[in-house]
Amino acid sequence: MGRRNFLLGLLVTGGAAAAWKKLPSLVAAAATGSVPVKLDGVIKGPYSTDETPTSFNDVTHYNNFYEFGTDKQDPAQNAKNFRTSPWTVSVEGEVAKPRKFTMEEILKLAPLEERIYRHRCVEAWSIVVPWIGYSFNVLAKLVEPTPKARYVAFESYYDPRQMPWGAGSGIELPYVEGLRLDEAMHPLTLLCLGMYGETLPNQDGAPVRMVIPWKYGFKSIKSLVKIRFVKGEPSTTWSLANAREYGFYSNVNPNVDHPRWSQAKERRLGEFFKRATLMFNGYGDQVASLYAGMDLRRYY
Amino acid sequence: MRSVLNNQWTKPVLFLACLVPLAYLIWRAYERDLTANPIEFITHQTGDWTLRFVVLTLAVTPLRKIPGLAPLIRFRRMLGLFAFFYGCLHFGTWIGLDKFFDWAEMWKDVHKRRFITVGFTGFVLMIPLAVTSTAGWIRRLGGRRWQWLHRAVYLTATAGVIHYYWLVKSDVRRPLRYAALVAVLLGWRVVLWLVARRQHSASGPANQQEPATAETT
Repeated sequence: MGRRNFLLGLLVTGGAAAAWKKLPSLVAAAATGSVPVKLDGVIKGPYSTDETPTSFNDVTHYNNFYEFGTDKQDPAQNAKNFRTSPWTVSVEGEVAKPRKFTMEEILKLAPLEERIYRHRCVEAWSIVVPWIGYSFNVLAKLVEPTPKARYVAFESYYDPRQMPWGAGSGIELPYVEGLRLDEAMHPLTLLCLGMYGETLPNQDGAPVRMVIPWKYGFKSIKSLVKIRFVKGEPSTTWSLANAREYGFYSNVNPNVDHPRWSQAKERRLGEFFKRATLMFNGYGDQVASLYAGMDLRRYY
Repeated sequence: MRSVLNNQWTKPVLFLACLVPLAYLIWRAYERDLTANPIEFITHQTGDWTLRFVVLTLAVTPLRKIPGLAPLIRFRRMLGLFAFFYGCLHFGTWIGLDKFFDWAEMWKDVHKRRFITVGFTGFVLMIPLAVTSTAGWIRRLGGRRWQWLHRAVYLTATAGVIHYYWLVKSDVRRPLRYAALVAVLLGWRVVLWLVARRQHSASGPANQQEPATAETT
């Protein structure tokens, strides 16, 4: 065998070996739900903005998902093999019918709607996303909250073995969030199962997340596993980390600055100039009444 | 080692190497690969390199005490000026791209946002150092005064680290790494100063003063 052929042979075998090694992870990715699949029968939902959605590439490569790393590009990389199947969501607390939902059940509770929402991060950037899901109140009504239920507490999945990056992120995990009951029951509040016509990519909170479009992005908890109806205001991750900077309500509000930066403007990903941030992220007509008489400077 | 450090080509090569971070940014821009938030990416890259060059500049003096590394002093001024260069790019990005020349808003930020206040201070302190980095200015000021003035770089380094620390939301690992480096480099100087003072009080005022040099060759 000539030296050139020998080298060529090495290359070919090496390539085949590499492909072979990759195969199990490709198969695994399909089995664990790591790759988004198309969602069928999605109808157009109410409340959609007519603004142009941000590019899919930007929405999937600029993520805050600290369980998978604190740099914006980390989650796209580190969440690739995140196992999202099988998956159950436990609903408990002050409800008449506590129960666990499998993902298969959640996907069938109501017709899937596409809702194009503005999404404003507390870090002063924003995106427009065609989410897929249905109002959270559909699920809530099924478990029948008791009169004692005044708030809803949410909890994210956390597995330090699958999410070793979380340990150094500087926030306590699992990630927890919360809403007042009337906020949770508001039709805008979305139980989100997909985006851009497909199931959620891992880095965007697969397989199920919340989307609350009039609040800063961190309220829209990802990879949801537990929902608890409770009497008192639940703890939330970012206010546990820094109560002075992140409050329970965290409504988008251009008039109340973050202690370290202004919230008056935002950078829409894909645009050069900053744009003005809208009160309640432009959803004031629908939600302002929830906060009538409240001092939003105090309840930030 | 000594021959490499003294080689006439080392300096131009290092000069080009110092431009690599800028070239990388330009290449990423050309490839339209500046992430989903290009302005933030440019701001962070230029900020990182400012701090890195400040640390490198501060490292020269301790390193040149190692036998054989004394000629490193040749590169100190260049490294310092590159810190200023990347600082200008960082500051310029903020002015031109982030704030788009909205002077009123910037002035408000400098006042109100402490991470900007401290970053701005660190940058402004570099200006007189860059201006007086020439041999002419060393002569005009006199070695001692020049050296005294250039200790402002200790403040710039400290300000840079605080600026970074105050900027991040919760993951402080990277700012703390820079803080550790700066602490070691400044701590070394404090120890040396304490030792020298002790010897001074033990042996009388016979200590030789190190000559002030931006460059000795």
